[in-house]
Amino acid sequence: MSELDRREFLKGAVGAGGALLIALTLPACAKRGAGGAGAGAGGAAASGGPATLNAWLRIAADDSITVIVDRSEMGQGVYTALPMLLAEELEVPLERVRIEAAPVGAAYVNPGNGGQITGTSNSVQDAWEKLRMAGARARRALIAAAAQRFGVDPATCRAVDGRVVDGAGHSASYGELAALAATLVTDQPAALKAPADWKLIGKGLARTDTPAKVDGSAEFGIDVKLPGMLHATLLQSPVLGGAVGSLDAAAAEKLPGVRKVFAVDGGVVIVAEHFWQALAARSALKVTWKPGANAHLDDAAIRALLASAAAKDAGMEAHASGDAPAALKRAARVLRASYEVPLLAHATMEPMNCTADVNAQGCDLYVGTQVQQVSQETAAKALGIPAAQVRVHTTLLGGGFGRRLDVDFIPAAVLASKAVGAPVKLIWTREDDMTHDTYRPPARLELAAALAAGAGAGAGAGAGGGAAAGAVDAWSLHIVSPSVTARMFPPVKGVDDSVVEYAINFPYAVPNTRLTYTRQEIGIDCGYMRSVSHAQNCFAIECFMDELAAAAKRDPLEFRLSLLAAKPRHARVLKEAAERAGWGHAPPGHHLGIALLQGYDTHIGQVAEISVEHGRLTVHKLTCVVDCGTRVNPRIVESQIEGGLVFGLSAALWGDINVKNGEVRQHNFDAYRVARIHEVPVLDVHILESTEAPGGIGEAAVPAVAPAIANALAAATGRRIRRLPLAAVGGLSV
Amino acid sequence: MTTLKVNGREVSVDAAADTPLLWVLRDHLNLTGTKFGCGRALCGACTVHLDGEPVRACVTPLSAVGTRAITTIEGLSADRSHPVQRAWMEIDVPQCGYCQSGQIMSAAALLKRTPQPSDADIDAAMAGNICRCGTYPRIRRAIHRAAELAKVKP
Repeated sequence: MSELDRREFLKGAVGAGGALLIALTLPACAKRGAGGAGAGAGGAAASGGPATLNAWLRIAADDSITVIVDRSEMGQGVYTALPMLLAEELEVPLERVRIEAAPVGAAYVNPGNGGQITGTSNSVQDAWEKLRMAGARARRALIAAAAQRFGVDPATCRAVDGRVVDGAGHSASYGELAALAATLVTDQPAALKAPADWKLIGKGLARTDTPAKVDGSAEFGIDVKLPGMLHATLLQSPVLGGAVGSLDAAAAEKLPGVRKVFAVDGGVVIVAEHFWQALAARSALKVTWKPGANAHLDDAAIRALLASAAAKDAGMEAHASGDAPAALKRAARVLRASYEVPLLAHATMEPMNCTADVNAQGCDLYVGTQVQQVSQETAAKALGIPAAQVRVHTTLLGGGFGRRLDVDFIPAAVLASKAVGAPVKLIWTREDDMTHDTYRPPARLELAAALAAGAGAGAGAGAGGGAAAGAVDAWSLHIVSPSVTARMFPPVKGVDDSVVEYAINFPYAVPNTRLTYTRQEIGIDCGYMRSVSHAQNCFAIECFMDELAAAAKRDPLEFRLSLLAAKPRHARVLKEAAERAGWGHAPPGHHLGIALLQGYDTHIGQVAEISVEHGRLTVHKLTCVVDCGTRVNPRIVESQIEGGLVFGLSAALWGDINVKNGEVRQHNFDAYRVARIHEVPVLDVHILESTEAPGGIGEAAVPAVAPAIANALAAATGRRIRRLPLAAVGGLSV
Repeated sequence: MTTLKVNGREVSVDAAADTPLLWVLRDHLNLTGTKFGCGRALCGACTVHLDGEPVRACVTPLSAVGTRAITTIEGLSADRSHPVQRAWMEIDVPQCGYCQSGQIMSAAALLKRTPQPSDADIDAAMAGNICRCGTYPRIRRAIHRAAELAKVKP
């Protein structure tokens, strides 16, 4: 790498970070970063190869333009939206751009996440300035190169559609200019285009990855094929956290194609010539297990752990305003309620898998991952080699949803390749995947609120006795759950940010509020799942808001709006969702429920329209109004919102992982029900125009589905369901 | 050795008779467009056609294929010109894309027997195909669009 390239890399890593070291949510990752294998694009202009203009852009003499995307494509559209940002400033049409997944590299650290991490719905937010600036600097260098070549003032040149032209009739393609331009890139900020001049941003351009996804050629991790590659499977302890007691592989080893059987931490690896042979051999293994600490763990024990912690521990304070405990104590009218959510499986359609090629140069890892650096370090640790000797090749992800932020499927693949001296693709079956997920943690949420005097119907400004003259004088929320961050990125000092989402930005005007958190582990590994704690906190907060409205005999929409005077974006999405959904005018026999979410700098108002007949719940329609600021690609935004609603629907109605004697009872899609096409209601998605900076859109639509439906159910039946999933807990067929 | 007719070509495969067609396609013939999702015919990701009928390759043993012609996503068209593929691109159906080969094969089979499907026809034909990304509304739109496209040859 040339010195210039290295400077560009460091600038990318540090400059884009700005205050990154204070803002980290995943602190342990911050130290990672540099030292990646082949950190970045590797400039090769001198040797006649493509010229590297920065960490995200290569231009070859034949005019081929490669944009290196440093976030993993798992359906959320980063292979389209991120190149759009760079191409906008570079002045090239999107279809001219070839996409390549980034290797591990310092430039590719996502400061919002503290690592090279695809998560928290912030890929576009992170790239918004960074990739536009990268494109603008490259454009400036190309213009400078053209000016030199034409012998004119750069000010007379402009970039148009992959060429630089001037007023005197000179013209050169980017490919012709790239090698020279690569030597003229400077760190000076470049002027970004005015929004009025955008040609790509804001357009619903077709996704770059769609063609390969309709003809079978898209390569997911599970599709990787290397010369001489063998196939492997992993038998894991049925009891989560258990270990191999004894292993008799004699019968399995005699089966056709079997190359190697060996025990690893928590299981047994079987390597064969073909995957089916490995599976057949797995059935022939004789294994006894040491169940370990979870031998008697079940759902009731997990719920009791959280309830007991909630009763015993006051919790760490995450946020407070005024004096909620005192206000609650003196209040005439206090409402209290406890909400619960269960464990959930991610259930990505592509089961976990990893292909490893341990070779003389270290290890090549082909994997669908959301965490390139952690994958690299995990493989390196398993092999006892330096991280720089592990090259991570990120494939497409057949669903991420946070599951691929974990790397538990990597070590066995790496060890298998080392053991047989050949590349090995290790695949989990669906049963492996569902019974050994890193589950969305269960949570218990205890709420209390004091209704202000005169909070009832007709209460207007000035009617209340509290400082804010509002309907609610005090509000407290105590969250009890495991901490994913503390497991994955220890140590966490104070309250883990990822457990108090939405609650920490509690939007309603209440003068006295208190948010507390008690960490209670349950003995099994929990992971981040799409929308993380927004989901459980939104469920509790938005349902409890309806409970308060009911206690005050107020309309749930009007009650919320009365507390959102200072939050115009929140109020607008709620109002517009209500209007679109026909709030107050539900068809006969139908009932509406409303919920609000603010997360990822996006604001969402949702209304669910349902009916209940003879114990049968039908969700007819979900209306969703979204203010996510500037939309880079409105078509992708709409898809993500639709998909988020369906994901939220599955979790709200059916999502439930049950544990008995330490084993997960759901093994496949027959027992773990997810929405199918005929179960999806009408989705009315409306995205508001906005010039604010972009918000995240991959997760934001998930959380409000459950409270909107639960609130509609309460309206329909008079019964408040405070635990998910709604169908099983409510005794409803759906 | 077993002889199969895959995407219009005869191929020979050396695999045990109980090997599911899914793994024959993926591991022996390198046709990886057909996906492994559940192994129990619960999700539809492995849907292929046998003599034009949709089947779940994950529960179809090699020995049960016989002389029937196998069509996989790679053989649906040579150039993404099948109306279902064209509609899928026009509407940008896929998100992660993993289930989409199976969705497309189920949709193509539906349109073959029911060229102008109703929403109820779509529900019945597609209920076996799970999409965790939630592309269902677009799948529905794209099937209706493919029905229109199929009326006019490209």
